[in-house]
This record gives sequence, structure tokens and C-alpha cells, in this order.
Amino acid sequence: MGNFEVTSSPHLSRDHRSTSLMMFQVVLALFPTIIMSVAVFHAYAVFQLAICVLTCCASEWIFETFHKKYWTLSDNSAIVTGLILGLSLPWNAPWYVAVTASIVGIGIGKTAYGGLGYNIFNPAMVGRAFAMISFATVMGGAAYQYHGDELSGIVTQATPMTMYKSEIKVDVETTGVTSLDLLKKGFVSVHNGSLGEASGIAILLGGIYLICRKNGGWRTTLGMLATVFIMGMLTSPNENALYFGLFYLTNGAVLFGAFFIATDPVTNPITPMGRWYFGIGVGFLTMIFRLFSGYPEGVMFAVLLMNALTPLLNQVTIPKPFGYQKA
Amino acid sequence: MIQKIETYTFPRGIHPREGKEFSEKQSIEILPVPAELRLPLSQHIGAPAKLCVAMNDTLEYGQRVAEAGGFVSAPVYASLPGKVKRINFVTMPNGRRVESVVLTVNPDGFDTQTLFDRMLHLKEYKLADFSPEEILKKISNAGLVGQGGAAFPTHVKFTRNAEKPVDTLLLNGCECEPYLTADHRLMLEMPDTVVAGARFAAKAVGAKKVKICIEANKPDALEKMAEAVERWEKSKEADEAEIEVARMKTKYPQGGEKQLIYAALGRKVPLGKLPMDVGAAVMNVGTSVSTAMAVLYDQPLTHRVVTVTGAGIARPSNLFVPIGTPISVLIEHCGGLQNAQRVLMGGPMMGFAVGSLEIPVTKGTSGITILTKEEVSKAKETHCIRCGRCVSACPMHLIPNRLMFSARAKNWDVFKEHYPLACIECGCCAFSCPAKIPIVQLIRVGKMELARQKNAK
Repeated sequence: MGNFEVTSSPHLSRDHRSTSLMMFQVVLALFPTIIMSVAVFHAYAVFQLAICVLTCCASEWIFETFHKKYWTLSDNSAIVTGLILGLSLPWNAPWYVAVTASIVGIGIGKTAYGGLGYNIFNPAMVGRAFAMISFATVMGGAAYQYHGDELSGIVTQATPMTMYKSEIKVDVETTGVTSLDLLKKGFVSVHNGSLGEASGIAILLGGIYLICRKNGGWRTTLGMLATVFIMGMLTSPNENALYFGLFYLTNGAVLFGAFFIATDPVTNPITPMGRWYFGIGVGFLTMIFRLFSGYPEGVMFAVLLMNALTPLLNQVTIPKPFGYQKA
Repeated sequence: MIQKIETYTFPRGIHPREGKEFSEKQSIEILPVPAELRLPLSQHIGAPAKLCVAMNDTLEYGQRVAEAGGFVSAPVYASLPGKVKRINFVTMPNGRRVESVVLTVNPDGFDTQTLFDRMLHLKEYKLADFSPEEILKKISNAGLVGQGGAAFPTHVKFTRNAEKPVDTLLLNGCECEPYLTADHRLMLEMPDTVVAGARFAAKAVGAKKVKICIEANKPDALEKMAEAVERWEKSKEADEAEIEVARMKTKYPQGGEKQLIYAALGRKVPLGKLPMDVGAAVMNVGTSVSTAMAVLYDQPLTHRVVTVTGAGIARPSNLFVPIGTPISVLIEHCGGLQNAQRVLMGGPMMGFAVGSLEIPVTKGTSGITILTKEEVSKAKETHCIRCGRCVSACPMHLIPNRLMFSARAKNWDVFKEHYPLACIECGCCAFSCPAKIPIVQLIRVGKMELARQKNAK
């Protein structure tokens, strides 16, 4: 008799629902996108993703040994960072871009803050931003184009966002393309862009899976998508507002960003209201970058800027408890 | 008749493993008379009872051992005849040291079966023969406290307040705590007694309506109670409260007082207020049975049904037990422990783990759960990734992870900003945490610290 564990309740928990399982579900959810990117960009996608994942895992191991931190490689979070980083790079970015971005993302973006859970900024976006500024020529809009016949015709076109910035804008304003055409073009068919932007449907498939597994911040996703759509409509240069709303929604990094980048739980506010504001903020800033900055796309900087606001959002959106009454 | 409308529920909460299969099919069994009883004088919320016996006194069954120590208090009775052996302090599951009377039982002529049969087959009665004041007095005299776990003195709940009239009495048969089946068995085996208790309580408090709330995972109990309500309808008296059975969604913590009131009536109990403030009163079905016994037979609360369950016990059972019986006696009666890792007073979500088996069953003990190594969480704690699962689980709409972080960092200003006193300590946050952080445990530590700071002032 005696010798029983004395602990405080509850005495049950969901052991199988661990952090590593949640991360594994994200990897699963990314699979349709990975498959589509390999289908469009062939070996380029495979190499890019492999480099990112391997460098991320290796960096995590090295930096954590260095920091004498506890082992987090097994929680799959470095794989997720690697995949998201890889999918956000252009298919033809040189290997050293991917390696640098991975090392910076994991080293400065994650372990320097104390590892998974303590980082303020989305590690993948920290790495990508670093690479974007350091290697501007190989990361810019023009870098996505490929002149040759080794790959399918898709990659010879400019990315939709770049096209819009330069010549197509005029076209779109004058010719009568319908919203349905546009939806088809941006969403159903594959198009050029970063590896993860090849197919809208693939992103949606994975994203919806995550939300069904209660593993996605649907408030963030919805807030961001709705804001981009509405701002796209409001800034429409002609009366065809729906057209522009859809264009901004289905092209570029918005879908991938809304389902996989902006929803990184660690760098999101934890309050339900905070997540709405966060998503709306990312959508708003993305559109500001798209419309007014020199860059064709703005999801990355928008996410990083909103990450900085996360602690503040947490503080100002503390919900009133059940049964709260004004004193 | 069971209400045909949609199953009632409240927002958020969790779905833990129910674990009812161990004991839900076991009929209530009478525990053989134990050799010794330990009767703590504080088995309820409120002032401890005042001792009124001395060493070596010979006590009869149902003789008063201690008197109520105030209005919010309850007397304690000898659950069996015997002789006072010792008066000392015992450690309760929550760690408090409480004055107790140790009784050497002398079972001559005492028959638990008669007591039990009386509960099964109530004598004929007329509700009109009892005035509200009389019912309340009998409840108070019998030492009734809430038998769902919190052990709040029952007569306090049912004392009428002219400014805050109660229109609805909710009979709590949810038993949302995993593993426990004591209330389930009571509803199956003595549904008419449950209804009788509800009638008396409704009359005492002046309620116009009684809702018997049962979770959907107990279809047999829903049916039995509906049948009992049909029988009651035939002998219904004038000016009596209406009784109905309501099906509640199976979700933890459905039986939490505030959650139940919201689910059944759509009313939110304001923070720091009582059910009375929204015109409701809540009573556990076990308390309802005791109410019927107290009113009809002047029988004090000396026995209760306790579920002994879990994979760590040889023969899970529902036992009819004298209050004060050491839990070791119950465990032995159920075939002893097997691979026991934790012994809990109560269920796995809110029960207290105990280090000793000499702790007695009290008025609020609804079960003893014995968990094995396999059932107990053994995953290592990792970093919080702010996934928000605790937020979507919290039935009080708090931000558990911020409370947890500030409690851990002893940052009491931030802790206070996040409404710690609204926390009902149900444990949904810790249960749902993928990083296995003891969230509710840390919040408890924080709340204790706040109380300490307040007392120091």
C-alpha cells in the first residue's frame, strides 16, 4: 500500500495529440502543394525543397547543441519551416540562397529566441527576407522567368503579380476578361511563381485539411483572405471590381500565405479576436505592398510586420470571460 | 417525457475518454459494515461543524457527532453505531488537516439493507403535507451537502431570497466527469426517489419548474427518468412545479454549474455571483435522493453511493457506503489494486490524487478512480507553441496559456489582467495541451498566491 503518485488534476490528457503530431499534420497538408510544384518545376522543386529541409534540420541540430537546449528536432517543426521556406522560394534560386535562408531562418529566426515557441517572427519568413535583401537579383520578380524549353511553358511567363505590375494591368483594364476566366486562371490552372504558388487548389486542399484537424488558425486565414479580396475590389481601376478582387485573392502568395505562413501558431496572437486582427492586418499590409511598393508581392513583409504586433494584439484583445458583467 | 428539442449544450469544452464502461453496468452494491469510521468535521464548504461528542461515548446510528458551525455549515452524524475511539486530525485529499472523530463500529442490530430498501421503495406521501419551511429545516438538520463534489450545504441553496426568486430547479444528472457512474446508477435504480427529492427541493425553494438534465451518453437513465416523470404526472398535486427531462450533449464540463445553467436555460451566471442571481438552483441527483430520505424519514446523510473504478481496480463497482469509511476498505472489497499508479478521490478530470488509502469517504466523494500507468499521461512537457487549443477548450472563455505563463513567471499584474478568478479549474486546458504543460495546475498555484496576498493585506 502507498507509493502512489500525488499530482494535481487533471489526470487524463491527449498523449497522442502532441506538438510533433500537429507539425506532422502540417507536413501532410503541404503534400498536395509539393506534388503540384514538382509537377510544374520538376527536379528544381525537388532540389530546392531538399536543400531547405536538410539545412533547416541540420541548423536546428547544430544551434541547439550550441545553446545546450533541449532536443526539438523530433517535433518536426524544422521540417515544416524547411518546407514552407522552400515553397516560398523561386524555382531557380541558386543553392546558396536556400542554404543561407535556412540557416538564418532557424538560427536567427528561431533558436536565438529560445527555440520553438519563443520566436517572435516566423522563421521561414525571417530566412526568406534575409535572402531577398541579400540576393535581390536572384529573388526578384524577373528571376522567376526561364527562357528555354526544358520546362513546360508556364515558367517562361512572368509571374501573375509581375505581369500585373508591368504590362497586363493595361490589358486587363481595356479587354473584357470575365471574373470566371480569371478565377480559372489563378485558381484552377497552374501558373508561375514561387514553388508553392503553382496551384491554388492544392493549397486549399491542404489548408482545409488543417482547419478540419483544428490545426489551423481559421480566423487568421479568413481575415487575411477577406481583406485582400475587399481591398482588391475597392482599388479596382474600373467598374469590374469583382474581377480585381479575385485577381488579388487567387494570384501570388496570398493563398499559400493565408493557409500556411500567416497561421504559424507561435507567431500568431492566441486570443480569438487577436487572430482576426492579425489576419486582417496581414491582408491589409500585403495589399499596401502590392499596390504601392517596388515589390510585386508583399505577403512576407506583411507577415513579419504583423508578427511584431502580436504581443500588443494579445494584450489588447483579452476576451471577457463567460458571465462577465461591467462593474 | 423527454424534451424533443435539440440537445442542450454550452460553447467550448472537451471530449475526454468517457471511461464509463468499467462500472456503468454494475448495480449498486451494499458495502459490508466496516470496523472503523473516520468522520471529518469539515466535509463541506463553509464553517467546520462543532464537535458534540466526547471520547468513549457510545453512539447510535444517526446520532449527531457535530453541530453546524454557522449558517453555511452542516452537521455530521454517526454513519454507524459505535464508540468514539479517538478525536484527532486527518489529512483530507486537498491537503487540509481536519478534526475528525474516529469511531469503532459496533454493528449489532444494524442492517444497511433496510436503509437501502427504504430508498428503493418510498412510502406513500403527499407533497401538500410538507411546508417549504419544514422541508428546509429537515434538509438542514440532515446535514445535506451537494454530493456532486463541491459539497456546498444544500439548505443554503434552497433558502428563499425575496429579491432573487428561483423559478427553475435544475437536477444535475450529467455526470460529465469521466469514469464516474454513481449518479447514473441512482437514476437507473431509484428514479422515483430522485423525482421525490426534486419535488421537495422545488417546493422549498419555490421553483415553478424542474429540469432533470442528463447527458446523451446515458440513454437508459434518460428513459428511466422519463418514465418516473410520467408516473409522477399521474399523482401530480395542485400548485406543484412542472418536471421535465432534458437531454444534454455529452461534453465535459456539462455538469459544471455555470455551464449547466447556460445550456439548460440560456442564462449566464455573472462572475462572482450565484445561480440564484439568475433565478436558478442546481442540485445533484444524489443530493435529490438524500433530500427525499431526509424529508420523508428524517434520515441524516450517513450513506452515499461511491463509484470505485478504473483499470487499476480488480472489480469496478458502485457501492453504497457509510460516510467515514476509509477508502482502503472499498478498494479491498472491490478485489484490490492492480498496477495502480494514481488513486483519485473523484474522477480523473477534477479528482484529488491521494498518497494514503486511510483517507475516509466524505459526503462529497462521488468516486474513487484508480488509474494505471497506461492511463496516466506520461508525455514530457515541451514548449508552448501558442496553438490556442486551451483557448478553444476553456468553457469560461479565458486565455489559459497567458495565465499559465504569468503564473510561472510570478508576474502577478499580468496574471490578474486575465481574470484568474473566473477559472473553474475544470482542467480542459491541460487536457487539450499538445505540449503537455500543466496549465490548470499552474493557474491554481497562481490563484493560491493571489489569495495569500489578499490575506496578508
